[in-house]
Amino acid sequence: MSTLSTNSSKNLDAGQIITDSPSYWSSVRSNLRNDPVTIAFALILLSLLLSAIFADFLAPLDPYKTNMLKRLKPIGTEGFLLGADELGRDMLTRLIYGGRLSLLMGISPVVAALFIGGLLGLTAGFVGGKVNMSIMRVMDVFYAFPSVLLAIAISGALGAGIFNAIISLTIVFIPPIARVTESVTTQIRALDYVEAARASGAKSLTIIRVHIISNVAGPVFVYSTSLISVSIILSSGLSFLGLGTEPPQPEWGLMLNTLRQSIYVNPWVAALPGVMIFLTSLSFNMMSDGIRSAMDIKL
Amino acid sequence: MSETILEVQKLKKYFPIKGGILNQTTAEVQAVDVIDFVVAKGETLGIVGESGCGKSTTARLLMQLIKHDDGEIIFDGYAVGKSSGITTREMRKRMQMVFQDSYSSLNPRLPVESSIAFGPIVHGVKKSAAQKKARDLLIKVGLNPDLFSRRYPHELSGGQRQRVNIARALALEPEVLILDEAVSALDKSVEAQVLNLLMDLKAEFKLTFIFISHDLNVVHYISDRVLVMYLGRVVEIGDVSAVYNYPKHPYTRALISAMPSMDPKKRTEAVPLVGDPPNPISPPSGCRFRTRCPFSEDICAIKEPILIYTDLKKRQSSACHMGDPDSGHSRTNLNGLPE
Amino acid sequence: MVAYIIRRILYVIPIALGVSVIIFGLVHIAPGDPLNAVVPPDAPKETVELLIKAYGFDKPLPVQYLIWLGKALEGDFGISYATGRTVSDAIASGVVNTLILAVGGILIGTIMGCLIGALAGYFQGSWVDKLATGFAIAGVSVPHYWLGLVLVIIFSVELNVLPAMGMGPGGSTSWAWNLEHFKHLILPVITLSVIPIGIITRSVRATIAEILTMEFIQTLEAKGLRKSHIFTHVAKNAAPTVLAVSGLQVGYLLGGSILVETVFSWPGTGFLLNDAIFRRDIPLLQGVILVLAMFFVVLNLIVDIAQSVIDPRMNRS
Repeated sequence: MSTLSTNSSKNLDAGQIITDSPSYWSSVRSNLRNDPVTIAFALILLSLLLSAIFADFLAPLDPYKTNMLKRLKPIGTEGFLLGADELGRDMLTRLIYGGRLSLLMGISPVVAALFIGGLLGLTAGFVGGKVNMSIMRVMDVFYAFPSVLLAIAISGALGAGIFNAIISLTIVFIPPIARVTESVTTQIRALDYVEAARASGAKSLTIIRVHIISNVAGPVFVYSTSLISVSIILSSGLSFLGLGTEPPQPEWGLMLNTLRQSIYVNPWVAALPGVMIFLTSLSFNMMSDGIRSAMDIKL
Repeated sequence: MSETILEVQKLKKYFPIKGGILNQTTAEVQAVDVIDFVVAKGETLGIVGESGCGKSTTARLLMQLIKHDDGEIIFDGYAVGKSSGITTREMRKRMQMVFQDSYSSLNPRLPVESSIAFGPIVHGVKKSAAQKKARDLLIKVGLNPDLFSRRYPHELSGGQRQRVNIARALALEPEVLILDEAVSALDKSVEAQVLNLLMDLKAEFKLTFIFISHDLNVVHYISDRVLVMYLGRVVEIGDVSAVYNYPKHPYTRALISAMPSMDPKKRTEAVPLVGDPPNPISPPSGCRFRTRCPFSEDICAIKEPILIYTDLKKRQSSACHMGDPDSGHSRTNLNGLPE
Repeated sequence: MVAYIIRRILYVIPIALGVSVIIFGLVHIAPGDPLNAVVPPDAPKETVELLIKAYGFDKPLPVQYLIWLGKALEGDFGISYATGRTVSDAIASGVVNTLILAVGGILIGTIMGCLIGALAGYFQGSWVDKLATGFAIAGVSVPHYWLGLVLVIIFSVELNVLPAMGMGPGGSTSWAWNLEHFKHLILPVITLSVIPIGIITRSVRATIAEILTMEFIQTLEAKGLRKSHIFTHVAKNAAPTVLAVSGLQVGYLLGGSILVETVFSWPGTGFLLNDAIFRRDIPLLQGVILVLAMFFVVLNLIVDIAQSVIDPRMNRS
């Protein structure tokens, strides 16, 4: 291993003194810069996010305005760029607005689960012993359900609605995130620098704050981003079954549901919302993979 | 005799092994089995032994990173962890440890300056003062702070990292430094540099060292006294010249005779050990070394030998029945081992 | 190792109990009285009280739970509110139909996954690898219910060669291994297999790539073994991991088939579940979820034990 990085040896020759060296994050950034595929998908995601946020400015028409004369018009009809749905509403508009709810329902459960599951896993991993056992056993019970089944069961019990769907998916994602966090925390806690920190007399909270969180955050964060694509599929799936958003709100999964009956009349319009779900999920997956390689995480 | 800074009495640590259907404790690894020793202020006590003899466990017990099952640790006259004495936290301000693996001893996300400053900050020193102290310590361990203070562990070599670890240990201004195989993982040339650095620092800061290693040559170089451990027990302890030149315990004798030497006059004899190293889970009764000792007799299986002084000046003691005239061993009237 | 197996089996018991508590509790945290599903809103008070007694709603919750659990262990899941049939009958036929899909899905998933994954693993970095990996990622990113819809559009609506829904002539209880039924099977099975293909491909690729870097492969090459013989060694080493992943996928297929079954109106457990949720048919709901969850638990158990038997390297403590 070289003792000085190439930067500083150059500067030494020039008589300058280097006080800073490339940190871990800047090396991650440079890795990413050399990965065109990941960047491409990141840009796609960015445009999806932006179009959802600025839907009011981008969408041509009102997503709720029905027009029974224009029912199920095909793609390319004048005034309806991507066709019209079964109630005559403009597909392009509804797809753009649909991004809001679909992205919200896809991302928020993972974020919530990251906080709750991460906290649980961190506690279990750091404290160990009986606390660890009790937390992880409870997680195991939830883990005993296949995720789709659990999501549907909880949603079914709570009833339809965006908020209920988000709660349901959060519960589904807490156990896997807790598991990964616990595993990484346990590994890190056994390392010598944590022992050394304890030997300096630091209190547990200080050790967690200074030494543990920054080292655990990486792998856990990468894992969570890979869950977002699953979350998008599941949340749209719940709406597809009628357990998520309710009509007349524009949301991709719900749109697939209501357009389903129309596949014999205008099949390609009916398939459009799924394209958006696919694209979004794919982009999150590719980006998550790209970030993982850039950070060189092995889970 | 100089004052005692650390005293260990009847220290014991057994590790449970779980197994079976209900994951109950089926056996125990007798890692440290009732050891006693003292460390005088300002000396370097070397602790040697084979892997698994309990020396690293002892180090961790001293730092209270593992809780002992029984016994007492007395630091500067105060019992550690007892209400009448000092707390573990207070002890840790005065005794610090340098670990073996230089890489995993440092947080990969922190620049080395922050790692060094962490200890003082924890104990209330202000951040700017702690950072200045860190930079001063980097100079003391031979690293230019302008070049090294903002560096990350993965950018340093093993020797440089170990210097940082030493600086980190010194940041709290301890009186005692435990070095657990601190140079074992380094290349030989680097090892020599770090050893010399340690000796300089010891003189400058008036430290006491407890130096744990399996490398007898290194221990001989740096220690004043040496303690030999076998399977969780102390078998011999004394001044380093006495123990290395006149080892009284058969195990020590075997270890010393196996030391490679540059001196062509000191030829390595065949190591007079027989048998396989026994299991720390069910160690032999009586003297634990008896299964490999060429001089073992029936009494060795019945009675545990205790540490007895083997010379009149009380500079060396050994735990062997051959050195104890009351033990019943046939060789005691020969004053121990044959030359 | 026997101790490990016994311990693992014993461990299932509290988990299974926990699962049953959750299932039972889910129904009762739902808004609305479970009573309303059973009782018509305008029934007279005496009828209501009779029904309460008959269904046991008057007893405290823990007791209701124990009664339900006791009967479930004997196979009696009660009577469906909606259809009046016994729940166990409904579940039995539903499970069979779902299994037909799941087995088909896992077979195609494993075979295709191993093929594509092996190709990718052997030709790492080449266009074959990139294509295969891209295909695998697409597989796990696609919403399978949408894929089913697209397949239906292509093959039923546009080309009209395959049926769009149902299990075949004769309804939900008559399965036969003939062409007519097979035509109904193709689209749902393909749809269901896409996610397993994606996951198994990635897993196989990673495993083979790792094995190929191991030194013993180079030793075999140096000994002069032909490539095809080396492959058998690679396959033997990869087998435990692949089997484990496939085994787990079966579990996900069982639980996740609901979406595909809804698209194709395939009368399996998923379809039953869908019905039960919307009709608030509590016995059916509890029974179906319990059976599916138990399948998954047992499956995980078998995979775990099989792995510890086949792969002695695994550290089981």
